[in-house]
Parts: sequence; C-alpha cells; structure tokens
Amino acid sequence: MSSEMIDLLLKSFWETCYMVGASTLLATLIGLPLGVILTVTRRDHILPNQPLNTVLGAVVNATRSTPFIILMVAIIPLTRFIVGSSIGTTAAIVPLTISAAPFIARIIESSLLEISPGVIEAAEAMGASPMQIITKVLIPEARHSIVLGVTLAIISLIGYSAMAGTLGGGGLGDLAIRYGYQRFQMDVMVATVVVLIFMVQAMQSLGDWLSKKLNKNKL
Amino acid sequence: MIDLVNVAKTYYSKAGDIKALQPTDLHIRSGEIFGIIGLSGAGKSTLVRCINMLERPSSGQVFVDGQELTKMSEKELRKVRRSIGMIFQHFNLLASRTVYDNIAFPLEIQGLSKSEIAKKVQPLLELVQLEDRADYYPSQLSGGQKQRVGIARALASDPKVLLCDEATSALDPQTTKSILDLLQNINKKLGLTIVLITHQMEVVKAICDRVAVIENGVIVEQGSMVEVFTQPQHPTTKEFTKSVINAELPEIIKKMALSDTYEEGSKLIVRLTFLGDSAGEPIVSGMVKRFDVEVSIIYGNIDQLKDTPFGILIVEVAGEKNNIAAALDYLHARELKTEVIGYEL
Ligand SMILES: Nc1ncnc2c1ncn2[C@@H]1O[C@H](COP(=O)(O)OP(=O)(O)OP(=O)(O)O)[C@@H](O)[C@H]1O
Ligand SMILES: [Mg+2]
Repeated sequence: MSSEMIDLLLKSFWETCYMVGASTLLATLIGLPLGVILTVTRRDHILPNQPLNTVLGAVVNATRSTPFIILMVAIIPLTRFIVGSSIGTTAAIVPLTISAAPFIARIIESSLLEISPGVIEAAEAMGASPMQIITKVLIPEARHSIVLGVTLAIISLIGYSAMAGTLGGGGLGDLAIRYGYQRFQMDVMVATVVVLIFMVQAMQSLGDWLSKKLNKNKL
Repeated sequence: MIDLVNVAKTYYSKAGDIKALQPTDLHIRSGEIFGIIGLSGAGKSTLVRCINMLERPSSGQVFVDGQELTKMSEKELRKVRRSIGMIFQHFNLLASRTVYDNIAFPLEIQGLSKSEIAKKVQPLLELVQLEDRADYYPSQLSGGQKQRVGIARALASDPKVLLCDEATSALDPQTTKSILDLLQNINKKLGLTIVLITHQMEVVKAICDRVAVIENGVIVEQGSMVEVFTQPQHPTTKEFTKSVINAELPEIIKKMALSDTYEEGSKLIVRLTFLGDSAGEPIVSGMVKRFDVEVSIIYGNIDQLKDTPFGILIVEVAGEKNNIAAALDYLHARELKTEVIGYEL
C-alpha cells in the first residue's frame, strides 16, 4: 500500500472517530433524559404519567424500527436544515444521532429498571425528591450498566457510520467503497476492515473495563 | 407520638380489590418500642408504610409528633420524613456508595455541607461500630454490618421515630441479637420511639414494651408485651406465644390419669407461673418447710420478657389431704399464678 493510501486511511479513520464521537455524545445527551423519562413515568415508578410514557415509547419504537439507511435518506431535509448540507462527515452526524438516541434511551431505561424498588423506597423514606432520586440514586446506581449500554451504542454507531459514509459521509466506509469496491483495491478493503475490527475491539475492551471499575456490586 | 385514627388501605386492581388494612386505630407512645407482629400477608408492611405515608391510606388520619401527615402535600411530607427513620429487611443500601457515603446520603439530600456531614457521620460510624469499614462498599459487608449501616443512615437526620420493617428477618439468630441490642441501646440513649414489624416472636419478646397482633388487616389484640405474652386472648396470639412461652402441658402430664378431686393417696399437680419479682421467691422450700408435704418438680422453664423474668414450674405435691390443701392455700396467697391441673392417683 502506498504512503498516499496510508494517509487516506488515517484521514478516514479520524473522520469515522469524529462522526462516531460526536453522534455518541449528542445521542447520549438526548437518550439519557429520554431514558430517564421512559423509566420514571411508568405506572409503578416515581412520577407515573401513562400518556407521556405511551407517546414517548411509540416515538422511540418508531425510530428504532426504521432501518438506518432509510432513516438517513428520509431525514435529508432535516439534515440540510441543521447542517446546511446533506453531504459530508458533519451532515452524517444528524442521522447517526437520531438513530442512536432512542437506542440509548431504551438501554438506559432497562439499566434503570434493574435498580431494586426497595432502594428507591428507602430514598423516598428519607425525604428525597424525584429529581434527587434520579440524580443521586437511579443514575449512579445504574452507571456501570449504562456504560455497557453506551458501549454497545458506540459499536453499532461505528457500523452505521460506515453505512453513512457510502452516502457521501466520508470515513472508513466511504474509503472501502470508493477504493476497495469500485477500484478493486483489495488491500484497501482489507485494511479498512482491520481498522474497523480494531476500533470495535478497543471500544468493547474500554467499555468493559470502565463498567467493571464502576460496578461495586461484586468486589 | 404516633396516632393512627381509622386508617384503612385498599389496593385496587383489575383482579379484585385487596383490603390490606381494615379501619385501624393505633396509638404509639413517645420513647417506647412498639412491636407489630403478624403472619406473612397480614398487612404489617402496609401498616408501617402508612405511618410515613410511603403508602397513602385510603381513609383515616395519620399523626406523627402532633402533625397530621394525611393532610400534607408531597413536598411537606418529604420534610417530615426526615424525622422518621426507616430500616428494611433487605437493607436497601446504595451499592455504588461506600459505608460513609451511604450514611451521608440523607444529609446530602438535605443540602448539608461536606464538613457538616463529616461531623454527623463520624459519631454514627462509632455508634454502630463500623469506624474501620467507612470506605467499604455494601457488597463487602456481612448482613449484620449492612443493617448497622442502615441504622446509622436512618439516624443521620436525628429522627424522633424509627420504623423497622422486618429488620432482622434476613439475619441469623446471633446477628439478630446484636442488632436488637443496638436498637434497644439507641432507644434508651436517644429516647427514640421505635416501631418494629416482625413475624418473629423472639424479637418482640426481647425488646418490645408493647405489642399489637395483626391478622388479615385487623389488629386482633394489643397491650403491654408482658400481658399479651402471659395472658394471650385471641387464638392467633395464643398460637404466636406458644412457640416462645411453653404454655402447653408437657407430654408426660397429658398422659397422666388425673382426677379433679383429691382421693386417698393422690398427689396434687399444680402449675405455677412466676412473673417479675415473684420469680425470685423460694416457693418450693416455703411449702416444704411449712407443711408436711413432699414437692417434686416435673417441669420447669425460666425465661425473660424484655426486662421481666418469667417462669413456669409444674410441681407434684404429695402428703395428707389437709396438708395438700394448706399448701395450695399458701400458693394462692403468693404473688403468682397458681393453676391446679389435677390430682394424680
Ligand atoms: N402494592 C400492592 N398492590 C396490591 N396489593 C398489595 C400491595 N402491597 C401489598 N398488597 C397486599 O396487601 C396484603 C398485605 O400485604 P403486606 O405487604 O402489608 O403484608 P405483610 O404483613 O408485610 O407480609 P410479609 O410478612 O410477607 O411482608 C397482602 O395480601 C398483599 O398481597
Ligand atoms: Mg412485609
């Protein structure tokens, strides 16, 4: 592989990191409150609100059941409105965020539901407000399982970012398609796949390590 | 300190309504340890959760320390709950916080500063003897230690009342004893009113001043612990106390052929129940010295109801008819309960 190709590979790697990093951040910013609301508005939880829970749940499910490639095309007007263009690495962040946010919301919801009702009740008995229960009980108690969930989201975002790349998003997916597929450069194809595998492995190891460090249930 | 007036709780569900608590009146005095005992599903947890309004009663009024909780908004309730500590069967500690931070939790909620918190947590760690475990996480502690953390956490906001829902049910007998000692200790030291829910009669026997027996959402009997134990009225209470106080006649006596009246040469079988100071009296030697009778002990059991000694003695009195009658009169004149079981031929 020429040094030119290596530069290109490196550039694409950083583009992928940028897309995945930015969309993970934004998706978590949206998904965390969404997941918390989905949890606490349940019938037997601290702020029951059935209508809100049903509506939010439906929106989340609808977004999650739309295949990413279709979602990406469908929201092109929205992307153009936010970023000013529907092509490029930054533009890809919009559909990536929108597809990952509901996923993260559900993952956070299931993490929060693992917390025993007894612990929540104990906090209520001490006079904690719903907001204090969320910030001081639910999220800290679930943090290790939230970390694992976000890791999962990052890994699927790495995959989706490759897909977004094929629609002019840049990044490793774009590279693989343009050189590996369209120009039959097998070595580029292999190199991209290796880098992707490495990224996924690294994220999984990092997530596992952090989650284990935060988990005080088994010491 | 705590007054429940006509408090009832019904759970409504599609499968049918459950009347967990029938209209109930309960008065708990300041500084006492009040036990509530009942079988599983009797409504104990429902009752205790109505006291701090974790469960809003369907009807009735709840007063704690003169304030009516049933009238309050959620916000006002949160404030009052700081003066009502609670501990649980499964401890309900925060797994992601150390022992120290668990005890600090209620203080953090109240917005105290780090130094104010440190000033309160340190003596609590000493009180529950966990100074050397301050930086441990709950998963590194034994059940008894976890409950100590639970107690320290409940005491952090200087409550006037401590509610205990099956606080010792998950612990072995020895650890149970140490937790009960700790509860009794803080009851004396801090003048804390303690409400103790349990299905273990031994717990009530060890530390309660008064007790209520609950069944199917109804309080079927209540009174001073010693009274309820020594003179149970309701069948459920009798069943409960039976396991602790051996009120049943021993097998050997049940097998005896007994008659109600004295016949030539028969021996009197009598059960003596001692309570409090009378437990120390030399009854047996008193009888033998005064009357020409022979006394032998068939069965004996000495126990302790909180601070009150309590004993049962079944004796056989042999001798002349007159002497036996005189000995019986002597027993009746003493400060103890004397029951004639019969005359054995
Ligand atoms: N949230 C609820 N919804 C419906 N029914 C309930 C609820 N909580 C309790 N019950 C019912 O109320 C009754 C009393 O329950 P409660 O928990 O007070 O019993 P308990 O005496 O504490 O029993 P245990 O010793 O098993 O803890 C039971 O029949 C129970 O099924
Ligand atoms: Mg219970």
